[in-house]
This record gives sequence, structure tokens and C-alpha cells, in this order.
Amino acid sequence: MNSLQPVYIICQREFIRFFREKSRIFGTLARPVLWLLVIGNGMSALIKPQDGFSYLQFIFPGMIAMTIMFSAILSSASIVWDREFGFMKEMLVAPISRLSIVFGKAISGTVLSVLQAVIILLLIPFLGISVTAAKFAWVVAASVLVSFCITSMGILIAACIRSFEGYNVVMNFLVMPMFLFSGAMYPVTSMPQVLRQLSYLNPVTYCVDLFKHILLRNERPPAGPEFSLAFDLLIVATLSVVTMTLAVLAFKKRQ
Amino acid sequence: MNAIPIINVENLSKQFKAITAVDRISFSVDTGEIFGFLGPNGAGKTTTINILCTLLSATSGNAEIAGCDCSKQPDRVRSNIGLVFQETTLDMELTAYENLKFHAYLYKLPPDIARRRIDGMLDIVGLVGRKHDSIKHFSGGMKRRLEIARGLVHQPRVLFLDEPTLGLDPQTRNRIWEFINTIREKEKITVFMTTHYMDEAENCDRIAIIDHGRIIALDTPVGLKAMVRGDIVNLVTADNQMAMKEIKETFGITGREENGGLALETQKGDELIPRLIYALSVKVLSVCVTKPSLDDVFLKFTGRTIREDNPNERTEITREFIRGPGAPGDE
Repeated sequence: MNSLQPVYIICQREFIRFFREKSRIFGTLARPVLWLLVIGNGMSALIKPQDGFSYLQFIFPGMIAMTIMFSAILSSASIVWDREFGFMKEMLVAPISRLSIVFGKAISGTVLSVLQAVIILLLIPFLGISVTAAKFAWVVAASVLVSFCITSMGILIAACIRSFEGYNVVMNFLVMPMFLFSGAMYPVTSMPQVLRQLSYLNPVTYCVDLFKHILLRNERPPAGPEFSLAFDLLIVATLSVVTMTLAVLAFKKRQ
Repeated sequence: MNAIPIINVENLSKQFKAITAVDRISFSVDTGEIFGFLGPNGAGKTTTINILCTLLSATSGNAEIAGCDCSKQPDRVRSNIGLVFQETTLDMELTAYENLKFHAYLYKLPPDIARRRIDGMLDIVGLVGRKHDSIKHFSGGMKRRLEIARGLVHQPRVLFLDEPTLGLDPQTRNRIWEFINTIREKEKITVFMTTHYMDEAENCDRIAIIDHGRIIALDTPVGLKAMVRGDIVNLVTADNQMAMKEIKETFGITGREENGGLALETQKGDELIPRLIYALSVKVLSVCVTKPSLDDVFLKFTGRTIREDNPNERTEITREFIRGPGAPGDE
């Protein structure tokens, strides 16, 4: 317990802050719900369901990935935030390893992202999509992996960037394209060649594909998953380990 | 007070590219002392604190706290020190209690001890009643007190205060000083502080005057002032000429006439007054003693007052130098 105490309290602080900031909860949840309702339903009217499979169903895995992505990025931004407001110093002069700080941020970011993914999952019945208990459990399990992966990426960027403005710029340039070229909104295979290459380089593509494996199991590409489950898992897991390691190194060096 | 140094610094230097922020400074601080670093902004005070509290590594030289090397055993140094930074480092979204709890857990205090220490510290700084309030609406003075309390939760041996009263009104500053003194007695702690307020430095047991990264004087406030000059006794009598003559004969002090009175320079002015009044045959109308201030000390060692040292004035001087007085365009 002793050496985990700092990690525990860093996590607890993030949870307290999350639940105290009502607008943050609302904001992160409103985005995917809006997309599902407006884009999902709107496009469903244009694109006729094929064999009872609607566009809304197609974008649902992507919406879960999107929820996680925005939440994880926001969580890792707390590092930049803490540095800007001086609170980081309080942690840096404590007799704890830099690893505890990074782990505390990564774990809290992961838990909060999974939590929000679960809330979106609970909305499924209202959107007319049925999900079995087993699928639900698998999505939660995949969310943990995906959340950790994206939070680590966010922490790595946050550890390398000095100012809040810089972080915002990088995030705006990264997050939206990463989401758009991930196969969340339209199948990667139906993209032009250049964009397709880009989406193969995009880690979020494999995260979305992972969710498609669970939620769109019986579909074939372009609607269903494109890569094998093992390949998706391998990419996401490797990326998690690599970015986490780099984040710890960057954090040790820069702070 | 015993004389075991709790902080020991030898030949410490810190180089930032072309600038030498700290230049071969050496000093030691005894256990239980309030030790002050006095100097203008940019003198190297914060840099020294950052090296001592392991946030910066020194370019050369040694720094030890409680027998642990600041660069080689950072974690052991960190658990021995408490810090209050120049700028606020509290989490505004949390309550006073949550801020202290965060700190206690970061320093691995067992939960029951943490709770007791937090309550004890909040009591000392007079914030028990605001324990569960969000600190967003705390005043500057309250935040400072809370930060001091936080710095002490883990029972450090040295408390670092970097400009602890910066930006606070005089009343609040006095209050903060009361707390620091209470804390020193209750916690048996050593205090290392920086300031550029002269009057505040008077609270220290010993002061190091630092300028351009060098320690230019180090002594007790009384000792420092004794280096400058003696006290000035100002005295108005019924017959100043007569008094001047008598003083010269009796005490061997040559006074000078000033604003319709006499000004006498002497080492211990307050002890001179009763003897003076007793010895003089002329009637003494008024008398007062002026003690030298730390401002005078600073002036003597650096050739300028601490307030003069702001960059705007410096550029003014440079500009004048370049253009020369009375150059075209001068108004």
C-alpha cells in the first residue's frame, strides 16, 4: 500500500475534480450523443439500411472510440494544466518517483474514459441497437485497453509540450484528423488511396476496428472489421507500452 | 539552540547558459534557526532554493540538508523539507482538507496520522473552521497560511519559504509572521526564507545578503547594522552651541547641527541618552534615536538601495548614456 499511496491520491484528485466539474461530464457525454442522434440518424435517412443494418449501427463503435479519445486527451491535459498553475511543483518536490505521477495520471485517465464509454453503452437500447451482456463486457474490456493507449499518448504529448496554448494547438491538429481518418465515420476501404494510407498510420483506426470486432462481429468489410482481432490487439497493446515508456522517459527528463 | 548545521552549502554555483545565477556561495544554517536570504529580484535567491529542494541541479559545488546530498539523495532530502513557493501551488478545485490530504498521502503518511496532522496544522494556522470549504474563494493570506500548513504536514526538519508574504498587505504579513514564529516553537523546525522586504528580514536570526549570485554579507540583523554605522541621536536643546561643546568635552563625540538640533553618531544611542541628559547643563527639549536599517546595510554593500534595482530604471540610464544628456530629441 505504502508505495501505491501517492498513485492512489493522484487518482483520487482527478476523480474529485471530474465529478465536481459538472460541465466537463456533460460536455464529454454530449458530444457522442449529439453525433449519434444528429449525424447517425440524419445519415441513416440517406443511407438505406442493408439487411437490417443501419448507418447508426455502423458508427456506434466509432462513437465509443470517440468518447474515449476526447476523455483521455482531456485527462492528460491535466498535466499541462497542473504545470501552468504550479500544482505540478507540489508533486515534483514530493519524495515520490516520477513514475508514480505518470501512473497516477494514466490510471485515472483510463478509469474516467472507461466510465464514460460505459455511460454511452448504457444509452444503446434507447438508440434501437441491442447488445448482449457478453458483448457489453467485451466492449468494457476493450475500452480499458484503448483508454490506456490513448491516455498514454496524451501524457507523452503533454510531457513534451510546455505551454497550454501549444497543447491545444497540437491536440486540435491531431484529435480531429485522427478521429476522421479512423474508419469511425466511413469505412477505411472506401477512402481515396492517400487517405487510406494515412488511416493505416493512425492508431485510432485499430482502436475503432477493435470495437467493430465486438459490435459488428457478423459484418464483412467495408462495414465490418478490416483487420484481424489479433492484429488490432497487437497494435494497440504495443503502442500502449511504447508510448507509456516514452511518456515516463520524457517526464523524467523534462520536469 | 545547538550548533549542528542542518543545511550546509559549499561553493555552490549555477550557470544558465551565459548567466551565472549563483556564484560560488557557501553558508550553513543551524538547527532551529530562521535564516533569511535577502536580495533584489534576480539575485539568485529562488535558484538557490530550487537547488536545495532538488528541483534544479547545481553546476558545481555541494549542498546538503540533514546530512543528505541534494543532488545524490533527492528523495531523502525531499522528505526532510517542506516548501512554500513564491506562487500559489494549491489545487483551487479542492477543499482545504483535500489539499492537505493530497500532500499527506504524497508523503506516504499513514491515514490516521495524516488526519491528526492535518487537523493540528489547520488549527495552528487558524483555518479549522474552513476545513471543508473550497479554497477558490480564500483570500491571499488564507491561501498562504494553508500552504504553510501544508508544507508542515509531513513534519519536515526544514521549511523553505520563498517570498512568503509577496503581494500581501502589511496586516496579513504580520499575521503570517506570527504563524511562522508559533510554528517554529511548536514544531522545532528550521526556517529558510527569501525576501526582498527589509522589514521582514528583521524577523530572521541570521541574514545572508545576496546580490548578483554572491553572498556579500552574512550576520545577525543587529550585527549587519553594526557594520554600517552607529545609531544617530537627534537632540534639541535650549542652547545647541553650548550642548555641542559640553558633549565634546564629556563624551568625546563631535556632533553636527541639523534642522535646529544636533545629530550625534554613536554606537549605542539608547544607552547614551540617559547619560547625556544627566551630564548636560542646558535644558534638553527633545531627543530621539535612529537605528540604522537594513536598507542602509544593503546600500553600503551594493552601492544602491534594494528598490532601485528594477530593470526599467536601468534601461532609462542606458538610454541616457547612449544619447547623452541634451542630445537632440531630449525634452
